[in-house]
Amino acid sequence: MSNKFFQPDRSKYPSTKGDGTLDVDLSSHKYTKIWLGPNHPGVTGNMAVEMTLGGDEIVEAKTHVGYLHRGFEKLIERRLFVQGFPTSIRMCVAEPDTNEYLIARSTEELSGLTGQVPEMAEWLRTLALEMARLQGLLRGVPGQAGTYSLGIGVQWGVYLRDLILDRFEELTGARVYHMYIIPGGVRGLLPSGFKKRMEDNLTDIDDFIVRIRKLIFHNSVFKARAVGSAVIPKEWINKFGIVGTNARASGVKRDVRKDNPYLKYSELDFDPPTATDGDIYSRTWVRWQELVQTVDLIRQIMAKMPEKGDIKGDMPNVLHWKIPKGETYVKLESGRGEYGMYYVTDGSSKPRRVNLRGPSYTHAIAVLEKMLINTNIADVHATMVSLQTCPPEIER
Amino acid sequence: MKSLIERVGTKYNLKEVVQQRDNLVFAYVDKELAIDMVTYMRDYEGYAHFTLMSCVDWIEDGYFQLLYLLNNPETKTEFGIKVAIDRENAVMQSAHHLWEQIWTYQRELKEAFGIDFPGSPRVDEDFVVEGWDDMPHMRRDFDTNKYAEETYFMREGRKTHDPATYMREKLYPNQPVTAKKNKDEQ
Repeated sequence: MSNKFFQPDRSKYPSTKGDGTLDVDLSSHKYTKIWLGPNHPGVTGNMAVEMTLGGDEIVEAKTHVGYLHRGFEKLIERRLFVQGFPTSIRMCVAEPDTNEYLIARSTEELSGLTGQVPEMAEWLRTLALEMARLQGLLRGVPGQAGTYSLGIGVQWGVYLRDLILDRFEELTGARVYHMYIIPGGVRGLLPSGFKKRMEDNLTDIDDFIVRIRKLIFHNSVFKARAVGSAVIPKEWINKFGIVGTNARASGVKRDVRKDNPYLKYSELDFDPPTATDGDIYSRTWVRWQELVQTVDLIRQIMAKMPEKGDIKGDMPNVLHWKIPKGETYVKLESGRGEYGMYYVTDGSSKPRRVNLRGPSYTHAIAVLEKMLINTNIADVHATMVSLQTCPPEIER
Repeated sequence: MKSLIERVGTKYNLKEVVQQRDNLVFAYVDKELAIDMVTYMRDYEGYAHFTLMSCVDWIEDGYFQLLYLLNNPETKTEFGIKVAIDRENAVMQSAHHLWEQIWTYQRELKEAFGIDFPGSPRVDEDFVVEGWDDMPHMRRDFDTNKYAEETYFMREGRKTHDPATYMREKLYPNQPVTAKKNKDEQ
């Protein structure tokens, strides 16, 4: 992995031992071990990367997680189906609504109630998920600029994200953890004047999209350091299970919204953006285009959704709800890629097993560890952010 | 999916085949044939994307249900290959040579359920619960309440209120309280 400013120095690279591991002798003073994280402003969330350095080149990297483990999957196994919602949404801070949808969809499917969700609720669920994607991208896109010290973009993004959280607050009553998508539908209709206020916010974001494009992609430092850096070759996509924007930036068009359409995505007009080079620049470019597309999708949803309608189908009393024995895997396209849930029931009033499959499980461990080797230490933060690593979905 | 199920079903003697959706199938395969089948599905049936490896503890029946969930990017379908593993002898052949991320799943399953995958890289390293010395924490017989009571304690001066009683006392102090006392006040 190299860019314009960094060409790995092979003379410092350790030799390989008979068992395939690197012969790193720390006492030789040729190598240094450094822990990046778990508490570090450049690390995405609370995880650590244990790096062995030869000069300023990384020769070995190990991801360490566990600093956020709260046993969510185990906790959900000990609770009624409906009690799993407030727990599950905390598994992903970046886009909590994805967990709401996955649990709702799993329980509905295993109860045989999939067709019970009214059309209006399906539109509102689609809207909530796209709003979640938008607020995530408003952090993610400028966040990438932040790793190259273009901090002003982060401040613009945080302000605009707050406006989307305002819309979430009036729609759901909460800013971050919404509990809006529930089994059978959603908790409420759009408040009066919501569409107008959302359109005002989207107009502000249109302006931001132009400004952030100039800030990032017209910046010589960003271009010099991101082009050719942390490349994901196309053949890695299946080999490592890479999904989402990370796969699309390497030329592999995978998007659950298109591949296995759910909710109202088949009625929306969009084509997931792709790139071919698979480097940090390409991933940022794909995410910027996705930002443009998400704004457009929200406008499409608001234009196409009905004004009124039922928001909740006939559901059993959730306090006495038992689901027959069964299992399913449901998934959606989050801002970071395929986000899935393996859900198993045993006929009782509680789930037997809930297993979240977040994209970071692969991206932040197998991919990151491989990718960091031969990288300059100065590029680690940019690499992590470009992979959109999110530790909570690894630890669950 | 139907022709695939028939084709693979005969070849690997699949049991309890369930087509959950048009694009999702689950089936049991014998433990000895599992890795061979996963390899076959990857190399000959187009299930090139490995989605998830998971485990369910069926403690009452004495086995772990291991799941290999594969995705075919061309047909947009998923195939869940399930394997029953004896709880008392929880060992499974490693599949780390098939996809680069599998060793991570196997490392987690060793820690969380105690299933061993001999030969899998770093399988004995701590994953999420560093320094854990109790039974594997995702097993059904691990009692989370008991563990919390034995490990943690209430800080001095901290009180727990029953929300209904507390709000009634605050909002309607003159109204006689008939609600049941909470655990701390008993």
